[in-house]
Amino acid sequence: MKIAVCLKRVPDTTAKIVVGGDGKSIDESGVKFVPNPYDEYALEAAIALKEKAGAGETVVVALGTDAAQETIRTALAMGIDRGVLLQSPGSADGFEVAKAIAAELKGQGYDLILFGKMAVDDYNHQVGVMVAELLELPCVSAVSALTVEGGALTAEREIEGGVEQLACQLPAVVTADKGINTPRLPSLKGIMAAKKKPLETKPVSLGAGSITVTSLALPPERQAGKIVGEGPDAVPALVQLLRTEAKVI
Amino acid sequence: MPVGTATSQFTGVDFYHLDSVLSEEERAIRDTVRAWVDEHLMPVIGDCYIQGKFPKQLIPGMAELGVLGANLPEEYGCAGLNNVAYGLIMQELERGDSGIRSFASVQGALVMYPIYAFGSDEQKKKWLPSLAKGTDIGCFGLTEPDFGSNPGGMITTAKETKDGWVLNGTKMWITNGSQATVAVVWAKTGAVDDAKSIRGFIVPTDTKGFTGKDQKGKLSLRASDTAELHLEDVHLPKDAVLPKSGGLKSPLLCLTQARYGISWGAIGAAMACYDEAVRYAKNRIMFGKPIGATQIQQVRLADMLTEITKAQLLSLQLGRMKDAGTMTPQHVSMAKRNNVNMATECAREARRLLGANGILAEYHSMRHMANLESVYTYEGTHDMHSLILGQEITGIAAY
Repeated sequence: MKIAVCLKRVPDTTAKIVVGGDGKSIDESGVKFVPNPYDEYALEAAIALKEKAGAGETVVVALGTDAAQETIRTALAMGIDRGVLLQSPGSADGFEVAKAIAAELKGQGYDLILFGKMAVDDYNHQVGVMVAELLELPCVSAVSALTVEGGALTAEREIEGGVEQLACQLPAVVTADKGINTPRLPSLKGIMAAKKKPLETKPVSLGAGSITVTSLALPPERQAGKIVGEGPDAVPALVQLLRTEAKVI
Repeated sequence: MPVGTATSQFTGVDFYHLDSVLSEEERAIRDTVRAWVDEHLMPVIGDCYIQGKFPKQLIPGMAELGVLGANLPEEYGCAGLNNVAYGLIMQELERGDSGIRSFASVQGALVMYPIYAFGSDEQKKKWLPSLAKGTDIGCFGLTEPDFGSNPGGMITTAKETKDGWVLNGTKMWITNGSQATVAVVWAKTGAVDDAKSIRGFIVPTDTKGFTGKDQKGKLSLRASDTAELHLEDVHLPKDAVLPKSGGLKSPLLCLTQARYGISWGAIGAAMACYDEAVRYAKNRIMFGKPIGATQIQQVRLADMLTEITKAQLLSLQLGRMKDAGTMTPQHVSMAKRNNVNMATECAREARRLLGANGILAEYHSMRHMANLESVYTYEGTHDMHSLILGQEITGIAAY
């Protein structure tokens, strides 16, 4: 089985973000970047499927600047066989990114193409499903359990108040949600072996797209909390404030 | 909340941009071990410390990650890392707890290293892979009740018989001693005043006459296994001796390896305390403002950051020298002496900055503070390293 995992380099979720001078992008200096956490579920799923099958090939594809090579190496250290970097500064328009990735994946004989369900830097949720559409493949998104057997997959998706089970034939595209697995840490030997694994770089140019970022702002500073009193006596005042000030009940 | 979880995610201390002179692999290795420590060690360490228990359940995970003997070659199942990467591993483990770093130091630098450096091919093939996998646990028997700083005076003996060796003696302050499956024991094969006759022996701990007894009543390194070893007519086959070991310099070479790792480990402990102190100083409100807004705490933090940065520079250059083959034991003495002393001071100042909360196991500084008193004392006391440097400077031994 040949599996592709599409990976994005994103700022560490614990990093302190500073908006850049242009007001439209983040200031990357001093920010630690990591593989998109949802993509880590996809990487783990691919590695586990290959281990279970005992054969096959896993390929990681990332679109980004040269700095994303380090992110790809992390995937190789976890156990992915080889990497492809589509060199591009990226685009705010997920469709342009999807077109470049689909062009790379098309005709390569992938049985399964995995994505994280979204990237935590832009919350777009788009690229995986768009790639499926461009490749004319079935797509199951936000999957929390996945099994592959006899040329077909079964998947579970957590929906409001229950679990939905789905099945489809391969080849297919799956986007991973949390709960699907626990991504492994790369071993130290894996990190050293990753240096020797093939990593191909290909410049791509994205179209202008139809979406632009007009501005980027940090959320407002959290206001200090308010203590309205103690014990049962404070309940009426609390209820009142929840209604009139917080407007949550 | 389990004890020891008060620190939110640790992000390291890198005031002088030393990340920029680490390789991509070195950074990846450091970050991986850091994530492992966050995920597996931090949730349990406070309870282990209070209960005086080594978290044995973590050994398979540590082995799978590849931290045991990580700078030894791949042909023996090790990760084959350079010495800076190895040092960074020690730093991250000790950021969690000195006891866990001690476990890894002993297994790698004091058990696997002597077997690798002084052992026969058969001994290496037999022991190194299982020690790397953590299916065997090792300990190192050099120090004796009456011979600490002066190991050459040891009275443990190994008498050669027609079919092997018979060992007798007592070893003290032995990390991993109770849980070890194999011990590297140093003993005199000649006269009791002949330090040149010291040789190393591989002793499976289930050999008749060998016992390891837990050291009770420790107020430091409580999450580490420390024991006293008794050898009473322990009969070993001829091939138990490490063939290339000879004289006191053999165990001292092992100690140089371990002390090198300790110089890095101490930085980890200091970073943990500094990180905790900074967070606390920013969040703890007293007299209507964060205590971090007061000059006295700012001086504390400035001193800590400066000393940590100096120690980082020391260990990094030491590691590059070790990889280049130009490092001497005296270089290691300077780093061990400086960095461990620095870390004990940082831990104490962090504990004080935390006020009354600082005495709780929920925070980490007091645990590090108590641990570091052992680290200050073991692997060559601070004072002995002063004298080693004094001898290097003047050419005159004062011990």
